[in-house]
Amino acid sequence: MESRAHRFQANAADSLANPVLQANLRTAKGKFVDKRAIALRELGEADAFEATREAARAVRDSVLGDIDLWLEKFEENAVARGAAVLWARDGAEICRLVAEIGRRHGVAKAVKSKSMLSEEAGLNLALEASGIRPVETDLGEYILQINRNEPPSHIIAPVVHKSLDEVADLFHSVHKTPRKTEIPALTREAREVLREHFLTAEMGISGGNFLIAETGSVALVTNEGNGRMVTTLPRVHVVITGIEKVIPTLEDLCLLMRLLPRSATGQSISNYVSVLTGVKRPDEHDGPEHLYFILVDNGRADVVGSEFRDMLRCIRCGACMNHCPVYQTIGGHAYGWVYPGPMGSVLTPLYTGIENAIDLPQAATLCNQCGVVCPVKIPLPDLLRKLREKQVERNLRPRFERGALKVWAWVARHPTLYGIGARLGVRYLKWLAGGKPSIAVLGTAPEWTKGRDFPAPEGRTFRELYARRRGKP
Amino acid sequence: MRVALFVTCLVDLMRPKIGFAAIELLEAAGCTVVVPTRQTCCGQPAWNSGDRAAAAQLAKKVIAEFEGFEHVVAPSGSCADHIRNEYPVLLAGAPEWQARARALAPRVHELTDFLVRVARLERVPGCFAGRVTYHDSCAGLRRLGIKAQPRDLLARLPGIELQEMSGAEECCGFGGAFSLKFGEIAAAIAQRKCACACATGAAAIVGGDLGCLLNIEGKLRRMGDETTRVLHIAEVLTAK
Repeated sequence: MESRAHRFQANAADSLANPVLQANLRTAKGKFVDKRAIALRELGEADAFEATREAARAVRDSVLGDIDLWLEKFEENAVARGAAVLWARDGAEICRLVAEIGRRHGVAKAVKSKSMLSEEAGLNLALEASGIRPVETDLGEYILQINRNEPPSHIIAPVVHKSLDEVADLFHSVHKTPRKTEIPALTREAREVLREHFLTAEMGISGGNFLIAETGSVALVTNEGNGRMVTTLPRVHVVITGIEKVIPTLEDLCLLMRLLPRSATGQSISNYVSVLTGVKRPDEHDGPEHLYFILVDNGRADVVGSEFRDMLRCIRCGACMNHCPVYQTIGGHAYGWVYPGPMGSVLTPLYTGIENAIDLPQAATLCNQCGVVCPVKIPLPDLLRKLREKQVERNLRPRFERGALKVWAWVARHPTLYGIGARLGVRYLKWLAGGKPSIAVLGTAPEWTKGRDFPAPEGRTFRELYARRRGKP
Repeated sequence: MRVALFVTCLVDLMRPKIGFAAIELLEAAGCTVVVPTRQTCCGQPAWNSGDRAAAAQLAKKVIAEFEGFEHVVAPSGSCADHIRNEYPVLLAGAPEWQARARALAPRVHELTDFLVRVARLERVPGCFAGRVTYHDSCAGLRRLGIKAQPRDLLARLPGIELQEMSGAEECCGFGGAFSLKFGEIAAAIAQRKCACACATGAAAIVGGDLGCLLNIEGKLRRMGDETTRVLHIAEVLTAK
């Protein structure tokens, strides 16, 4: 998917100016945040969550330490159960591999369960170009696909930015059916359309929440049941996941599953948890005859050996964005690529180039709400700050900002000069306020006064007043 | 107990009375307060902007000026957190300084935390009546565990009524340089905070970090609210 992260400021301005989106974001926020809080209480007192997430952090960390070994082990066990394991360096290779598999098995239609990696690769467009019709079957993804391939705005709730009304209009115009306003009726309509596709598709494409090394299985966490159809009905099943999704054992899966649905949707467990192992055996009725795993790098291997490795612990629950004040305000599309919110602001620069997503690491208040809700303890604010450091090291910050910071830092090391500067500065601001309690337009900080006044200072600095109080000049 | 006051650059510039209120509170708790006069800024703006070198230089300056004191107190969770938790990280390349940062860290406190847990302030000197609501600032809350301390102190003022706002723990949108780089996003976040705060019917929004307070006050005034006061907790606890 082509990144629009470099247009973050403009994207965000569009989001702020869109009243329908703003209303939809407000509704979504309450749902996610409240439901998660209730679900986590089931684990026990606050320490229970802490203990569980510490254990989850340790599992994810230890895998990343030996990821090559775990991936080999996964490959060995998956192949032993009849699967083929392919490796893709980037999005283009994913597209090429899937198209090849499609050709090999005479595929005209592929049904898809939700996969963010296929978004990274821009897979749908590539499949269409090679003569395979991709059909999204996750309800949210389906809605987006029939809305002219709109990108998802959230990693687990791709269509969270839309209202019921918008979906009703869309179904009415695309399906050419009478306009429905009840969610169950709309869902039924989508199911009727999708059922036909499930039964006729030759290939199913899914993502994978976890790869289990000891069994060579993929674990899928879903709510709508479409994942089961996609992975069991068609003759061919292609799993596309990032290499970082591997975990050692089924026991580790159980541990992570205590956290994932609770953190994501506030469910004790998702409606479906599928652990899929191998191709259909002679004595089995369901399952694919051909199973392919495409394990994707697309920037991940470089991160394994970097100071950003903690980011690869991510289990894609979306809690960081659901709790992020910036995401809550502008929604996912503003971030411009596949992954929004704090995790996206770390991943997008790492996967698409630091220089191509300059604003993302800056567009965070570092409030650490993401850090405290993350089920695998990713220190997201620290990683965002480190990316800011990389921007400075690589000279990617605007010259004015660098200059201002340098001057300020130098003056701050020279207290006498600093005192004089501060004295002049506050007098200027006081004068600018003209006796009013706040300043409406501040030329030196125009961004501040776009949406807020700037409160007027008292007019003298603490150091001045303190020196006077102590009887010094 | 000899305590150094870390005034913070924002209090120095924008609202010196918070600094004097902090001194009054510390003295009421029986401390001898010293204000090192060469202090400027803790360097957090540099660190959060990705300028490690500048952040380290300012960190060294603060360490040298404050390490001789038994305790260092700042009327800000954000600055206290930066000195306590970030100095040892950002000085990782200078082991000697890192050791000094580590030695200083546990003696650096946010004001309300120090008053309640360390100095055990008994009688709050101020007198403030009316309904207030408290905004939990991010660094204080999530990094230093400042939650009960300010409420404990406020509760000691006869005539005060604390009405909690919904989302008290949510960020106000300040975020230091964030509010200068992404003004409209910051203002939209602040608007939610102001709406929650005003829904309590409080006459004053109280907090422990001046950055947040400037952001909230700026938004309130832009929204046309000229009456709701926005006060630092030190001002409330010493109000006459």
